[in-house]
Formats: sequence, C-alpha cells, structure tokens
Amino acid sequence: MIKFLLMVNKQGQTRLSKYYEQVELGKRAALEADVVRGCLARRKEECSFVEYKDYKLVYRQYAALFIVVGITENENELSIFELVHNFVEVLDKYFSRVSELDIMFNLDKVHIILDEMILNGHIVETNKNRILAPLLALDKMVES
Amino acid sequence: MPAVSKGDGMRGLAVFISDIRNCKSKEAEIKRINKELANIRSKFKGDKALDGYSKKKYVCKLLFIFLLGHDIDFGHMEAVNLLSSNKYTEKQIGYLFISVLVNSNSELIRLINNAIKNDLSSRNPTFMCLALHCIANVGSREMAEAFAGEIPRILVAGDTMDSVKQSAALCLLRLYKTSPDLVLMGEWTSRVVHLLNDQHMGVVTAAISLITCLSQKNPDEFKTCVSLAVSRLSRIVSSASTDLQDYTYYFVPAPWLSCKLLRLLQCYPPPEDGAVKGRLVECLETILNKAQEPPKSKKVQHSNAKNAILFEAISLIIHYDSEPNLLVRACNQLGQFLQHRETNLRYLALESMCTLASSEFSHEAVKTHIETVINALKTERDVSVRQRAADLLYAMCDRSNAKQIVAEMLSYLETADYSIREEMVLKVAILAEKYAVDYSWYVDTILNLIRIAGDYVSEEVWYRVIQIVINRDDVQGYAAKTVFEALQAPACHENMVKVGGYILGEFGNLIAGDPRSSPLVQFNLLHSKFHLCSVPTRALLLSAYIKFINLFPETKSTIQEVLRSDSQIRNSDVELQQRAVEYLKLSSIASTDVLATVLEEMPPFPERESSILAKLKKKKGPGAVSVNELEEGKREGGELNGGGERGGDSSAIAASNASTPSPSADLLGLRTGPPVTAAAPSAGSLLVDVFSEAGVNDDGFLRDLEPPTESSDSLLAEGPGDSDSAPPTVVSEDPAPPLPESNELLNKFVCKNNGVLFENQLLQIGIKSEYRQNLGRMYLFYGNKTSVQFLNVQAKPVEPLIEGGAQVQQVINIECLSDFMEAPLLNIKFRYGGALQNLTLKLPVTINKFFQPTEMASHDFFQRWKQLSQPQQEAQKIFKANHAMDTEVLKAKLLGLGMALLENVDPNPENFVCAGVIQTKAQQVGSLLRLEPNAQAQMYRLTLRSSKDTVSKRLCELLAEQF
Repeated sequence: MIKFLLMVNKQGQTRLSKYYEQVELGKRAALEADVVRGCLARRKEECSFVEYKDYKLVYRQYAALFIVVGITENENELSIFELVHNFVEVLDKYFSRVSELDIMFNLDKVHIILDEMILNGHIVETNKNRILAPLLALDKMVES
Repeated sequence: MPAVSKGDGMRGLAVFISDIRNCKSKEAEIKRINKELANIRSKFKGDKALDGYSKKKYVCKLLFIFLLGHDIDFGHMEAVNLLSSNKYTEKQIGYLFISVLVNSNSELIRLINNAIKNDLSSRNPTFMCLALHCIANVGSREMAEAFAGEIPRILVAGDTMDSVKQSAALCLLRLYKTSPDLVLMGEWTSRVVHLLNDQHMGVVTAAISLITCLSQKNPDEFKTCVSLAVSRLSRIVSSASTDLQDYTYYFVPAPWLSCKLLRLLQCYPPPEDGAVKGRLVECLETILNKAQEPPKSKKVQHSNAKNAILFEAISLIIHYDSEPNLLVRACNQLGQFLQHRETNLRYLALESMCTLASSEFSHEAVKTHIETVINALKTERDVSVRQRAADLLYAMCDRSNAKQIVAEMLSYLETADYSIREEMVLKVAILAEKYAVDYSWYVDTILNLIRIAGDYVSEEVWYRVIQIVINRDDVQGYAAKTVFEALQAPACHENMVKVGGYILGEFGNLIAGDPRSSPLVQFNLLHSKFHLCSVPTRALLLSAYIKFINLFPETKSTIQEVLRSDSQIRNSDVELQQRAVEYLKLSSIASTDVLATVLEEMPPFPERESSILAKLKKKKGPGAVSVNELEEGKREGGELNGGGERGGDSSAIAASNASTPSPSADLLGLRTGPPVTAAAPSAGSLLVDVFSEAGVNDDGFLRDLEPPTESSDSLLAEGPGDSDSAPPTVVSEDPAPPLPESNELLNKFVCKNNGVLFENQLLQIGIKSEYRQNLGRMYLFYGNKTSVQFLNVQAKPVEPLIEGGAQVQQVINIECLSDFMEAPLLNIKFRYGGALQNLTLKLPVTINKFFQPTEMASHDFFQRWKQLSQPQQEAQKIFKANHAMDTEVLKAKLLGLGMALLENVDPNPENFVCAGVIQTKAQQVGSLLRLEPNAQAQMYRLTLRSSKDTVSKRLCELLAEQF
C-alpha cells in the first residue's frame, strides 16, 4: 500500500503532500525533510528505490521537482514508479505542460486529480480521461 | 483541454502565494502567514456573510498554509458549512479541506456525517463520489458506525455508476481496516468477489484492493476469487494492446491491474482445480515469453510497465514454489536483469533472486550467478544495490561456495559503507559458523572479522567464537596460536584482546611449549594491551591472569606482583579493585588442588541456536514484533544453528541476564534444541560458589563465563522466613532435565487445547490455548496448592508473588515459523520451604495445533492423495488400540486434532479420512490422514501423507499415542 505521496522541489520545499496514514503534523515536517534529503543526495545512476525505515521510497525527478512515494513492502516498486509518471502525464494533459507553479496555484485541482488516482493508499483509476472527468465537469460549471 | 490560467481567477490566492515565495527568510514567511491567518479569521468571524467564492478562496489559502507545515485551528466549521452547499465547486472545496485537515477524532465528525449522509442519498454520482472519498480519507469509527451498512449496498447495486463503485470499494476497505467488526461481509461476499468480472476495468482495479485485503483476513470465504482472478488475468495477458484502449499504458495492457491480480493470487496456494491452474501457468509462461520479445516501444515507460508485471509474476512463481520449470525460467530471466544497464532492474533482480535462492528447485540455478553478484558487490555505485548483492550472496551460500562467499564478503567489508557494516559482520559470522567444515577456517574468519571491522563486531559474535572454541578441542590449539599471533599486531582491536585474553587464559598451555610463546611471553603480550583497554576488558584480563597462575605456576610471582601494584589493588574502579584483591588472595592462600578445581577449564557450552542469528533476525525482522516468535531448532547435518527469536517486551526479563551470550526465547520459558544435561557442572557457578563467601556475587565477568544455560522462566522463590537467615544462596542455573512423564503429559494435549498440564503437591499448572493459522496464544496458570506464599518470584511476565492458594497467569504468544519435531521446554523453578524446586516440562505445542481444516470432496481427496505418493511423504503406523474403539470418541479426537474430518470420502465407512493445511510462517504444508480401525484385532492402521516428510513423520508419531 501507498503510505504517502510528496511533491518537493530541489530546495526541499514541499509543494504537495498527501498522507494515507495518519502522521502527526509535527512529524510530517521532519519526515519530509528526511525523505527529501535522502532522495536529493542520490545520483542519476543510482536506483530509484530507497529503503527508509520500515518502508520503501520510490522517487522520480521531473526538472526541479521530485515526486516521492512511500510504499510498504508488498507494493510493486516498478508499478509505482510508472504510476508517478502516469500522474505527471495527467497533470501535463490538464495544465498543458505542467510546472511547479501550476501545482502551487492549483493545489485543490491537483488534489482532485490525485484523489481520482489513489484512494486511501490504493490505486483506483489509471485511465487518464476518467481521472480528469470530474475536474473537467467542475471547470465547466465554473465557466457557466 | 481548457487553458488554465495561473491562479484560476483567484487573485487573492495568487498574490498570497507569490508573497510567500518572495519571502527572503523563514521569519518573513511566518510573519506573512500570520498576517494572512488573522485576515482570514476576521473574515470568518465578521458579520458579513461570505459568498461561496470567498469561502473557497480562504479555504484554499488555509490549505496552502497547512502544507507549509502550520497547524490550522480554525475554518473547520466554515468547511463543514460548505459541504451542504448545492454548488459542486463549494462542496468540493469543503470536502477537500476536511479530507486534508480533519483527523478521525474531530468533534465535527457528527456534522460531517450528516452532510455525507445527504450526499450519499442524493443519487448524484459526483456528490456521492465526494462523500465516499471523504469517508475513505477520514475513516473514523463514527463514520464506520454510520455507513458500514450502507456502503456495501452501493458497491454491489446494479444501478450504481462505475465511478461511484470505485470510490465505494476503497471506502469500504478503509472502514474494514478501521473497524472490521462493523463491516459484515457475509451476504455481500460473493457479489463483491464477482466485481472481478465487472466489465469496467476501473471498477476491477478498485475492487481488487478491497478483495485482497478481505482475502488475507478470511481466505476461505473469498477463495472463489482465485479462479475469477485467473480468468481476468488471462484475458488481459492474451489481449492485444489495443483491446483495452484507455487502460493500455505504452503498449502494455493494464499493467497496474495485472500486478494487482498477481498480488491477489499470492494470498492463496496454487489453484487446486487443474483447469484453473493450467490457465494460470499459461499466463505466467506468456508473461515470461513477452520479456524475451522485442519491445514494442523504445520508451522506458514501456519496459518498466512490462517488467512490473514480470516481477510480480515471478513473485507469484516463487510464492507457489511448486513449478520447477517456471522457477528456473524466472531465475534465468532475473539473471539477465543482473547485467542490465538500468540500475532499477539490477536492484529488483537482486532482491527477487534472494527469495528465489531459498527454493530447493531454483537454489542451484541461482548459484550459477555467483560471479555476477560478487561483481555487483564490488562495482555497483549505489549502496542500496550493493546491500542487495550482499543479501543475495548470503542467501545463495551453501557448503559448496561458503569459502568463496565469505572471502568476498570479508574483502568487501574493508571498504563497505558504514551503514551496512554491522549487518555484514553478523552475516559473515553466521555463514562462517554454519558452513564451517574445518574449524580453523572458522576461527581465522572471525579473527579477520575483528581485525577488519572490530568496531562492528557485537558481543554476540565474539561470545560465539569462544563458545565454539571451548566446545571443540580439535581447534583449541590452533585458536590459541592464532590469537597469539593476532595480538602481536601493534594496534589491535579491543575485541581481539577480549578473545585473546579469554582463549589464552583457557588454552594458553597448548602453545606454551614453543619458547616464542612461553607463558611469560604470553602474559607480557596480554598485559601490554591492558592499559589501552576499557574496564570490562581489563576485568576479563584479570581473570585471564588468575587462570594463568593455575596453568603456569611459574608466572605466579610476576602476576601476583601485577595484582599487588597500586594501579590494581587500589584501582578507583570497584570491580577491578575487587578482582585484584580477591585473585591475589586466592592465589596466595588456596592450595594447588583448590586452585585447579576453581580455575578448571571451562566445560563445553550446550549446543544451541546461535545468538548471532537471533540478533540478525531481530535486526532484519519486522519492526514491531508483537508476538514472541518461536522456532524449533532445525538440525541438519553439522549445522549448529537452529533459530529463535524474541520480540518486544523482554528487556525487563533480560535485565538479569544482560550479559549472557544468548538472550533468546528461553528467557520466556521456551527452549529450543535439546535439553541441557544438569550433570554438566557449570564453572561459572562454581566460581560463584567459592567467591560468594568473599562477597562477590553479582560479578559481570563471571557471568560472562557461564555457559548460556540461564534459567528459563524461573519461579525462583525463597521459602517463607529464610530470606533473612540464609546466606545468599547460589542457585544452580541449570534447568532440570524434562520430567520422565513430560512426553505423556504432552500427548494429552495433542487433541485438546485446554486442561491441566502438571500437578504435584505444591503446584498445579493449567493451560488454555488458542490457535489461528500459524499463530497461537497460550495462557499458563500457576496455582499454588500450599497455604504459604511463594516469595520473590523472579520471572517477569508473572506477578512477583503467588499467594497461598492463589494463581498467577502467564501468557505466551507463539508463532510457528516452520515445521518442528520437538515441543519447546518450559522450565520452572521456585523455592518452597528452603528447597529449590526445579522442573522442566514440555510445553504442549505440537505441529498439529497449526492445522487449518480443509474440506474437500472424495474425488479431490484421492487425487491429492495420489499426488503425495513419494515414499518419504508417507508415514504409516500399525498399532494396538489403547482405548475403547468408540466411533464417536474417535471422531471427537480427530476433530480436536484440527483437521477437517471428511465424511463419505473413504469407500469403507469404518475408516476415517481427514485433510488439513499446517500454517507456518515459512510455508504451508498440506496433510492428509487416513485411519483404518480393525475392531476384531483391536488394531489401527494410521497413514499420513504430507507435502513435507518430517511433518508426516511427526504427525504419525503424535497420533499413534492417541487412540
């Protein structure tokens, strides 16, 4: 199962965090800092899976933005690795070339997208059109 | 796609975020945030009613502030109000705020529940989804109480929209995890399982997470999911990539769903139905074949998605561990990945191969990759990959390649990352011991280990080398010579001094013939290290010196002089001072005979599981082990290792045993391995006896010397009144050998779980136990039958005092790691009327306790029976009836055994057949039983067949005593 998903930039600032297991607010900052430090320190040729405490981190870098997913042992690393990419492709499709700023300014929308893809730590939907459907409906309503 | 403007019209939000980004310092940021919080608070508190847009804007700001790590203590009420809005946008932001910010114990839950209830009954799918997402995210008990009945209905109703079904499935999963007691699947089970057949792939993707979780908890109720999952998988695997349209990812059909299906199948043993199994094997073969086909795309996403499925398929093949052909193919595939240019694949291949190495079918195939793995250990640039390579080397090690692997690991240790050194040291130590054919190699290896990575050599490791040297007289001379040489290095690690001091103190005489290592040379060498060492090591050396006086009388005056020097006899450390004083006195007043008796060579340590292994397991084991694991010592060939592990709350118990080399399961009263013979005198307690008059009783070093025969669960109690008058008595720590009747007592419990285990005039021990799969819990009740108190009970899990006539209770958690022959021993000691009572019983844990009954039809039974036809899989006994041959009694006994008693299976109605699966952590062992009574001859024929030979044998032995 997926424990959390973080979007963090190279400066270590969290741009999005979603926890699928209750983590106290005070501990979140420490965990995020720890996780980011671990991933930032790694070189390109090192592998994308890091053991961290009793779970694993799967991370992927897009320009200055890191997406880090914490998973339990019984999750398939490669499938999560590609899930991250799928997520980014969905964001890309919606924001047409997504950037860090898009994520910051549209936090609510990114949350909606994420909620369509992952629900309490499990993958619910991988089809891009269906992931975006509720959000597009929402946009239509705003326009009218 | 609509062009989304930055900020989407919410100017205030955009400005705020830009402000934050422009803050030069943390302080400035906090200041800006506080300003904004004050602003929002005043807006919320203000008289003017806010419109939906403003509320949304402010809630978005709060979300952003929360993300920056600031706690938000207001706005919840506003968010709850947004929930009841009819506008989707407002409702949505309300739910978002609550999902992110509200935790499950909020007081607002009731209000939120009301809003959710309205939305669920609105029949508007978008609203329903929002409400379900919210339950899935918050998932509190109150929510479970309110909605656990409703959600399954939504999930399986025919007219529910697909997207709502998806949310409902995950929502139900969340409720099941928080409050399993409230989610009653009973009537829904089959309809939920059939969601696997749903035509919508999204619904299947969501439902499968729910089904996997439910299957893990109730495998029997959900086992129909196996055939459905197989047919679904087969449809995906054989489809062309265009068939699944939007669920195809870079030409790979439904990769995530495939992985989840394969994962679900790993909750179950291989399908019993031949057709289903055939179809599944075909799928797995197709997946393996596809890996060899040329890629349909050059994109890395394509190969990643394909390989995700491949790795999951390999996990399933390893899980089944029954198809040699597939296992070898899997191994070859992983072998290719070991040399792949993608680091991710190399990492995963090493990890996967590690589990493959433990399968008997593929162990040899894995071994062929040894050179590649060694190369990985040497050349990989990523520490986590190197770590995997080390793990794999450890897993693939056996007698044939141990020397090579240990040598490679040792040379790697010299440059290894600090983070993995300790674990590497433990692994080398274990392999060296486990596969030592020649013990001089073992000694060399461990001494090298101390030389190379002394700081990471834990006490367990050097204790162990001493135990082994003491137990094997063929290696003692060599060990003495080697440590002597090692100590000559100008800088040697303190652990080396410890081992050297101990071994020369015991066996220095074996090399004293050589003038280069004469007694005085040995002594001077040791003493030259003395001043560089810490107090515990110095204490150890002092004891080595007194042993020298016994071994070599010619060193007596030199050593006495050392002991007499101010730096010893007036040492500020009380321990060292005391030793110096006492040893000096001992050496001057005791006669040679007394000295020889007191300082006799250490007796052999009882052979038992390696404490190093226990330590490694603890390191590697699951973080929070709540059960005390118990593993029976497996003794194959010359292996010294069984295993035993203890988790959790033992520090208090271990306190009094802190320095014993083997803090293992024994401390809780569970002993593995053969019983210790009480006859072996323990030199440790011998020393204690002598010195107890001089007042030394809690002597760290002496305890170090003791063989690790620490008392198990000692109810060590002193009789009333004699605690004051008696001198501090020294109690022999050796547990008594098991009572002669302990086997008989054990047999009483084969077919039942509760009863009285033991009773004499003083003590009654009652047992209550329950088992589920491979776990068990046993309550032991110690009843004091006398009218006086048992005082000073030392075992920790038990209350420190048992009142006359009263009872105390002890709970033992049991986990069956693999199949076992011998029952664990329970040692009980207490003091009654001044006399030490010491009994050892067999704890009534037998392999059959871990049976799961399996119902099957006649046809299936005989088919399985035939499959288990290898001679070693069968155990048979013909024996005379010990009890009346009453059908009902026999039935009750067989049921008590834990297997399913199958009716109408055997053509002869007089016969009994049973089927069951033994659940151990390592594997599941299917067993079939047939009992044929012959009333005329008053004889039985009992036949057992299981997939594992030792299990058949043990069950047969156990059962032959029952009828």
